[in-house]
Amino acid sequence: MTTPKMKKQLRLLIFSVVGMFGFGFALVPLYDVFCDITGLNGKDYSRSTTVPVSSVDESRTVKVEFVTYLNKQLPWSFKPEIRSVVLHPGERYQVSFVAMNQSDQDTFGRAVPSISPGYGAQYLVKTECFCFQEQMLTANEEAMMPLIFYIDPNIPSDISTLTLAYTLFKNEPTEVAMR
Amino acid sequence: MSEIQLKDNADQTILDVPAIKIQTDHHGAPHGYKRWLFSTNHKDIGTLYLWFSLTMFFIGGAMAMVIRAELFQPGLQLIEPNFFNQMTTSHGLIMVFGAVMPAFVGLANWMLPLMIGAPDMALPRMNNWSFWILPFAFSLLLLSLFTEGGGPNFGWTFYPPLSTQFSPDSTAMFVFSIHLMGISSIMGAINVIVTILNMRAPGMTLMKMPMFVWTWLITAFLLIAVMPVLAGAVTMILTDKYFGTSFFDAAGGGDPVLFQHIFWFFGHPEVYIMILPSFGIISAIVPAFARKQLFGYHSMVYATVSIAILSFTVWAHHMFTVGLPLAAELFFMYCTMLISVPTGVKIFNWIATLWRGSITFEVPMLFSLAFIVLFTIGGFSGLMLAITPADFQYHDTYFVVAHFHYVLVTGAVFSIMAAAYYWLPKWTGYMFNESLGKWHFWCSLISVNILFFPMHFLGLAGMPRRIPDYALQFADINKIVSIGGFLFGLSQIIFVAVVIMAVRGGKKAPSKPWEGAEGLEWTVPSPAPYHTFDTPPEVK
Repeated sequence: MTTPKMKKQLRLLIFSVVGMFGFGFALVPLYDVFCDITGLNGKDYSRSTTVPVSSVDESRTVKVEFVTYLNKQLPWSFKPEIRSVVLHPGERYQVSFVAMNQSDQDTFGRAVPSISPGYGAQYLVKTECFCFQEQMLTANEEAMMPLIFYIDPNIPSDISTLTLAYTLFKNEPTEVAMR
Repeated sequence: MSEIQLKDNADQTILDVPAIKIQTDHHGAPHGYKRWLFSTNHKDIGTLYLWFSLTMFFIGGAMAMVIRAELFQPGLQLIEPNFFNQMTTSHGLIMVFGAVMPAFVGLANWMLPLMIGAPDMALPRMNNWSFWILPFAFSLLLLSLFTEGGGPNFGWTFYPPLSTQFSPDSTAMFVFSIHLMGISSIMGAINVIVTILNMRAPGMTLMKMPMFVWTWLITAFLLIAVMPVLAGAVTMILTDKYFGTSFFDAAGGGDPVLFQHIFWFFGHPEVYIMILPSFGIISAIVPAFARKQLFGYHSMVYATVSIAILSFTVWAHHMFTVGLPLAAELFFMYCTMLISVPTGVKIFNWIATLWRGSITFEVPMLFSLAFIVLFTIGGFSGLMLAITPADFQYHDTYFVVAHFHYVLVTGAVFSIMAAAYYWLPKWTGYMFNESLGKWHFWCSLISVNILFFPMHFLGLAGMPRRIPDYALQFADINKIVSIGGFLFGLSQIIFVAVVIMAVRGGKKAPSKPWEGAEGLEWTVPSPAPYHTFDTPPEVK
């Protein structure tokens, strides 16, 4: 009953099923690439840079708010030194975040930043940030974690406030020890 | 008028049926359980699918009754919140994958070969397999409810981290049951495509196929495209929860919003998988009881194809509130609104078919007419939800619940009921009890609107979905909704009675019990013999 034509169709259909299963997984890297190119999802792609600071734009100000979250599994406290700051674009600024390990064990944490509005993410340029590395706090240790950044003067004029949110996640010690 | 009709009929598919051939059961159905377990007969497998779907409809319905009983008044009376969540999740999964989809596959199994003049489905053994996977899939899902920690409680959309970090230990059972359902649907879809493309009777070109065949062909392609993506999504949930991957875990560099993109890339075409076959059913029934040819057959086909294609470009309208950029919100808003154009074409065509027809109101027609009106209401509330700024207000409220129940219950389920009444004489060989069928229709129609219409008001007033308890100001309307729910549930018992009575006996049905019905399926005797179209009919 099964003709060669049907066998060919069957092969094609099964191939498409396998292909679409793969496509589901391919969406994962595609999504990252898409967000990287378009800068759409507020992910922070700035890395430690040596780009010279362009001139300070004295004509306007941008408010930068600092928000912190803690993942439940991490027994730390984590707060910014100040809640917000008003800056001229191009002006370099240093802010510290206070973290304290409230457990009796050495723990490792890693801060994952998110900037909103998402399309403003690329204009918040960090030159130095504790979020570039894993952080380790020994039992009951308190530490100041520095962040140095400036606002790119090319920031669109409709953005008057940027919110920088950090979520501290627990890192597996083994993972860090291996590095 | 008769002149116009004659003219219309001139370019209609004319079926050449040389004096009904007596198709003998040269080897009849095997007896006992083996008939069903080892069956490769499309009619038997169709019957199995339909009974399975009816069973699941009642199990999922019982869960809905639990939900409505708890929501009858504010406060927690009957069940724990965690169990409530398991009920909403399982209700959704069972109704989508256990009731609506298998019902359509069952109808496809029974009717596609009869409609295109084929002796059976193209791949009968795979057909057997795709059905017999389902009882295992749903046993797994239902058993998970009895494990320690309970069954799935994260909503049928299983967003992480709810379904990864905070889900019960039984999540693996949920994942594997979804895998099995997916494999079953994919095999069913492959079978439908190969059957339609290869086994049509000589002379039946693609543009002469009945609309039900067309809509199922397109549905099958949608299934092939998106069910594997769902399988991928649940696999990622599985490895995130049990094997330490971080597809959706921000701590490991993943992104929970990514899950929503993948899920709704499957999820939106899925809603068309659940409605396109309905369009086919309605396009068969409305012309039969309006005694007119379907208006705009070609535009109907093209509208179906456009809906299917557009369904891949609208998924993010389920996620307007996750923080999409403005450009994306506008894109998905306009694409979503665009879908209402081909859908509107369909509604227009059905109404144009009714226009000046000699309409009679048998039970299948009643359900079809109710479908057209109520599905349109669901479509309009969908249009309201498509407006991004308005959606920020409606998102995750009972308005959404009202919307998708209008399209799925008074849409998909009503069309399945209509199909069951329409083809029941062909399946059983007996006419069903018409007055009991009408009782079923009117009870369902009234109760379903008491059940779902007030939900619009609850949603607009701000009642969130998926909550076991609610603020006091919602008490009165919830009571009305619950009463509607119980009545709708009870009304469905009439349906079971009608079906069982029609299986057991009644007035003998002729091969064409409906005067205006068209199509090859009415050229075979009722009940359809075990083997039909051993020699293909000629279609001119």
